[in-house]
Amino acid sequence: MGLLSRRATCNTHGQDSSYFLGWQEYKKNPYNEVNNPNGIIQMGLAENQLCLDLLEPWLMKNPDALGLKRDGISIFKELALFQDYNGFPAFKRALVDFMGEIRGNKVSFDPNHVVLTAGATSANETLMFCLADQGDAFLLPTPYYPGFDRDLRWRTGVEIVPIHCTSSNGFKVTLPAIEQAYRQAQKRKLRVKGVLITNPSNPLGTTMARDELYLLINFIEDKQIHLISDEIYAGTVFTSPSFVSVMEVLKGRNLDQTQVWERVHIVYSLSKDLGLPGFRVGAIYSNDPVVVSAAIKMSSFGLVSSQTQYLLSAMLFDKKFTKEYMSENHKRLQKQQKDLVSGLEKAGIRCLDSNAGLFCWVDMRHLLKSNTFEAEMELWQKIVYHVKINISPGSSCHCIEPGWFRVCFANMLESTLKLAIQRLKSFVSSIAMKSQSHQELKSLRRKARNNWVSRLSLQSFYDREQDTTTEVSFSYRPHFMSLSNIAATLDAAA
Amino acid sequence: MLSSKASSNCHGQDSLYFLGWQVYEKNPFHEVENPTGIIQMGLAENQLSFDLVESWLRKNPDVMGLKNKDGESVFRDLALFQDYHGMPAFKNELVEYMAKIRGNKVKFDPNNLVLAAGATSANETLIFCLADPGDAILLPTPSYAGFDRDLKWRTGVEIVPIHCSSSNGFRISMFALEEAYERAQKLNLKVKGVLITNPSNPLGTTMTKDELQSLITFAIDKDIHLISDEVFSGTVFDSPCFISIMEAAMDSNLKRNTDVLSRIHIVYSLSKDLGLPGFRVGMIYSNNQTVVSAATKMSSFGLVSSQTQYLLSYMLANKKFTSNYMKRNQKRLKKRKEMLVSGLKKSGINCLKSNAGLFCWVDMRHLLCSNTFEAETDLWKKILCEVGLNISPGSSFHCSQPGWFRVCFANMNQSTLQVALRRITNFVERSSFNYQQNMGSLSRKLISNWVRKLSSADREEQER
Repeated sequence: MGLLSRRATCNTHGQDSSYFLGWQEYKKNPYNEVNNPNGIIQMGLAENQLCLDLLEPWLMKNPDALGLKRDGISIFKELALFQDYNGFPAFKRALVDFMGEIRGNKVSFDPNHVVLTAGATSANETLMFCLADQGDAFLLPTPYYPGFDRDLRWRTGVEIVPIHCTSSNGFKVTLPAIEQAYRQAQKRKLRVKGVLITNPSNPLGTTMARDELYLLINFIEDKQIHLISDEIYAGTVFTSPSFVSVMEVLKGRNLDQTQVWERVHIVYSLSKDLGLPGFRVGAIYSNDPVVVSAAIKMSSFGLVSSQTQYLLSAMLFDKKFTKEYMSENHKRLQKQQKDLVSGLEKAGIRCLDSNAGLFCWVDMRHLLKSNTFEAEMELWQKIVYHVKINISPGSSCHCIEPGWFRVCFANMLESTLKLAIQRLKSFVSSIAMKSQSHQELKSLRRKARNNWVSRLSLQSFYDREQDTTTEVSFSYRPHFMSLSNIAATLDAAA
Repeated sequence: MLSSKASSNCHGQDSLYFLGWQVYEKNPFHEVENPTGIIQMGLAENQLSFDLVESWLRKNPDVMGLKNKDGESVFRDLALFQDYHGMPAFKNELVEYMAKIRGNKVKFDPNNLVLAAGATSANETLIFCLADPGDAILLPTPSYAGFDRDLKWRTGVEIVPIHCSSSNGFRISMFALEEAYERAQKLNLKVKGVLITNPSNPLGTTMTKDELQSLITFAIDKDIHLISDEVFSGTVFDSPCFISIMEAAMDSNLKRNTDVLSRIHIVYSLSKDLGLPGFRVGMIYSNNQTVVSAATKMSSFGLVSSQTQYLLSYMLANKKFTSNYMKRNQKRLKKRKEMLVSGLKKSGINCLKSNAGLFCWVDMRHLLCSNTFEAETDLWKKILCEVGLNISPGSSFHCSQPGWFRVCFANMNQSTLQVALRRITNFVERSSFNYQQNMGSLSRKLISNWVRKLSSADREEQER
């Protein structure tokens, strides 16, 4: 049997990670309010299901959009034949207007610089193919979206070198961290072609501050490399600080006619804010005409269905609708996030302060048995299999600190979220009780040890006789050992 | 600064195939608005049967409106559906439709079907699964110009041509196959498979069972894969009827070799027979579970819009519609092809005998001023710029013989085809008149030279 390729037989597709394994478990036993109320609640899927009810009335009021008609006349044939990789002009125009609106109209985009792709998954891979060769590297701040391991590396052969961010400063990107990553790449003899950031961040749910963006722009300018800003969550910023796109920063610093302008590329998609992942609409935006030209040709491998381009061009063209939608979308996201954060707080679990995204970055370090990834995995398994909630462990996002989890909130009803919080509360209480009884046991043992030690000392002070009785009933029989050994044995038994 | 892929021209789009399109786009023919414009005969699209599809759509408005049989909106479910396994209902209908096209002589399992955004995506994904950078795929020539991009560009895989010639109707001979294999080895390329297009683009012919079984035997013998791109399988309008690679593999002799099915893979799409290239519906069919598994994950890079999957699952579920469509579509293709063939014949131009596809493989070798590719390019330019027809020169399909052109017939209405045929007739007449004139003056020159020589010889005689 002819051998298959290395790509087909390796596991660089990254789908053996816990991120995907959790999904699989969920699929075997999915929660349903009516049919399966004890099933696993899916909180590992960053989808926005909160505003689909706003889209449906629009569709009913605009039947031509779905019916593939223009002014009541069928344009089915025109669309069925439309396979131009330059994309449907009306759609690209509507898309760039929408992208501008999301950025408070502080930047405007040129439709000729847009390349449509079948989702951001395709956009990210295509950009890699355009900017890097096999064996080159991109620097990525951790924690990052687990899918990047597949999207950026699998078929491209490009490496990811992590820029480690920590909770010490809210996981913000720092210059020492970037430089350390760059040096690490050089040690591994990898040519760094650029940095890829996700802004707003997945999994953190935070937007980047201007100074972080300045830092990154300075760095790529200095090293003469690229910057990809994956802004697919740009439309999910529900509270301050408001979203600042990297393009806005470049313009603000009058860098828009310089070389660095051509090395900054944006990835966008309608999967997150509009909640339409099934329609496969992604885009690359670049000021480099060579990148645009190559990416357009590559988009042949993942064009957007013309049926879908037509529907969405009509929807995005309706500016009144999109404004109302975005406003309501932000409100609902904010409410749901608040519900999750306050619910978790009541369970003694804190979240990273966030203003965007469809998830929270949750601190469960205090629930770990030890400050290790093994302990994180153990906790994760308990939460998936016993608490019956699928959440994503930080290790699957390459976080360097154990104990952080991404918990999604926008893909479920309020009642389901309440239930999930309830389950977590019960779980935390049960741990607390176990922990309490352990603590009690521990303190009792300490007492017993102290008593015994003082008695020993007293006796030894008086006549050095052994006392084999204890006040706590456990199977340990005190032998004549050093005190520190005894203490250690007591602790180990706890 | 950029990758080598972005800065090279391995996308193959500097070929005449694509350049002709660009020139056409600057001056496209329109019956009313631009009757002297360039007629597009370089685009293998089927525009002959839209009325049948549109009629079905009018009778089933709910499907476009994303409503189910009970009139309830399924918009929400579809908006969220991004499972790379594809919509089960859609895959079930696709495998039945594929079997129907093959006269139900083969049956397909929907679990072995991987959806992709068009055959373009399907072909590239298969190559990613079967070959590593630097490996090679053998491809019979002439072959679809887009393969240079689809199979090689981002995969880093090489194509080694299997040269076919007009001496035997461009069929793949065992000799040519072995020769290509040896050539690959001499170049230190590891051959991972053979890719055939059946029915052939650009030839418009289908392969016989013998040819297919020889290929399968070759693949087993060399321990390589066999990819059969069957995107035109629904366009077979004449006998011999279509034989899929799967059917050929089911033969008892070959079945003895138990892993034969795991090395055969089919690519299909709804762009050619159903005429829906804009909807981006392609697929890979494979009995090899590792390939299916890897290809399914890779399809993340080019999933089919759920909106489109929904529409087409309903359309294909209507068996009365698909039977009627296939029958009438094939009739129309046949009629249109015959119109092209007979029209060209009147101008003294022959076509390769074909029974499928949306184009003819046209023999214009006699119109070349020399048996070279330069002459072919000159002729192509004349036909594009002076005659106003965008046809595709054989060189863009890597044909090893100059003078052959692919001429599409299914992407225009009858009157446009008639205009095109008239233009060709005029061109050929003009060319032969010029040819006669040129020949006439040449003959006159030769004769006068000869006469001069003869006269001087006489004079010499006399002088002696």
